[in-house]
Amino acid sequence: MKTTITVNGQARSLDLDTRTSLLDALREHLNLKGSKKGCDHGQCGACTVLVNGERINACLSLAVMHDGHEVTTIEGIGGEESLHPMQQAFLTQDAFQCGYCTPGQICSAVGMLKEAAENWPSWVTDDLDSAVALSDAEIRERMSGNICRCSAYPQIIAAIRDVVGDVA
Amino acid sequence: MRPFTYERPTDVAAAVRAVAATPGAKFLAGGTNLLDLMKLDIEQPTHLVDVNRLPLSGIEDTPQGGLRIGSMVSNSHLAADARVRSRYAVLTQAIVSGGSGQLRNKATTGGNLLQRTRCAYFYDPSKPCNKRQPGSGCSAMEGLNRNSAILGASDACIATNPSDMAVALTALGASLEAVTADGATRTLAVADLHRLPGDTPHLETNLAAGDLITAVILPPAPPGGQIYRKARDRASYAGGLASVAVVGHQVAFGAVAHKPWRAEKTEAALAAGASALEAAHAELAGAHDNGKNGFKIALVARMTADALEQASQGRGA
Repeated sequence: MKTTITVNGQARSLDLDTRTSLLDALREHLNLKGSKKGCDHGQCGACTVLVNGERINACLSLAVMHDGHEVTTIEGIGGEESLHPMQQAFLTQDAFQCGYCTPGQICSAVGMLKEAAENWPSWVTDDLDSAVALSDAEIRERMSGNICRCSAYPQIIAAIRDVVGDVA
Repeated sequence: MRPFTYERPTDVAAAVRAVAATPGAKFLAGGTNLLDLMKLDIEQPTHLVDVNRLPLSGIEDTPQGGLRIGSMVSNSHLAADARVRSRYAVLTQAIVSGGSGQLRNKATTGGNLLQRTRCAYFYDPSKPCNKRQPGSGCSAMEGLNRNSAILGASDACIATNPSDMAVALTALGASLEAVTADGATRTLAVADLHRLPGDTPHLETNLAAGDLITAVILPPAPPGGQIYRKARDRASYAGGLASVAVVGHQVAFGAVAHKPWRAEKTEAALAAGASALEAAHAELAGAHDNGKNGFKIALVARMTADALEQASQGRGA
């Protein structure tokens, strides 16, 4: 099925089996290997990308559902020549060990900061009428869809906190 | 995954016609549950009708003072809506207690209502399961039933409904609108959407094949506090072992039955002057312990009593 998706700012036309997940389209058809396949069932978050600015699990979506959508992967967040502040913060805080979950963590964190800036509540938001303040508890709760089996969580939170501090 | 054909209509009538015209067809909304189950070969649609571009993504005030929520509103957008947060805090709390940020961005209001059980045996095609394969038996009955139902179960099935959102909607007395295969509109209370398992646990809702949920209607919020409480094995991103929604004097339980469970006996006992704990136990008098899920009885009683106390003090009002 013919599908056109704007990936990292470039319109990409593909002819896909309807079963192709957005993740497989990115990795196997567009050779963007940054987004990772961990569980392939929406449980680990390694495949997190931004679709029209919102983070989703690319493994639990069909590529054909995204015809006309704008997808941003870790390759579009930033590269070696122009690191995104979140990428730089992960380096500075040593927020990974094996690195497999890192692209998903960074895409998720970027999406999460936008959600918090729009004042979306979380399970640990006590006062639904006030502005969200990104405490460590809020960051942990909002990032719970991204698993890190090396357990770099303290450094991941420190990295995100660095970026929150820069924009706050 | 088995092959399937795909189409993406842009109006409700075309979507309903498309499913009615194709045996084995299913609606595809967020896909966070359906695609997962297709990967496991538990769901086997031959045709998917993608309803994501239907004009059902609005939240409107109703003349009665409630809200009309389009079925394609994402869980995230519903939880974050200013009117929902201020008037239906229990709904915001329930939604953000479920899944992860990524899943809530994709999952929809209609899809959340139709998600399938997370019973481990339903998810394992190598094991008997009356819901997945009618007549094959229930592996949970003598097996790992720690998260199985304690209310309204049958000899055929002790699976639970996993939705948090639906528990809040049930406590709020919400209803839903669906368009039927012949184009008519029908209305159903959310509390009447799901069935008890009986001897047909594969039949999960009272919708007919081809019905498309188009909206959820919230009545005006009753006076009093609103609380959603959830107990689970991890602090975040885990299904509930039990949950309780309290809306003033209206109470519903989650993760304890084949459907979100409106605790009418608890409500009646409260009205008759019982204490919060006594009222909770009134509903749980008929609760069943299959061996490993009995702890839920005391858990739900305590959570309910605590939620009622907090709501009576105006929390979430």
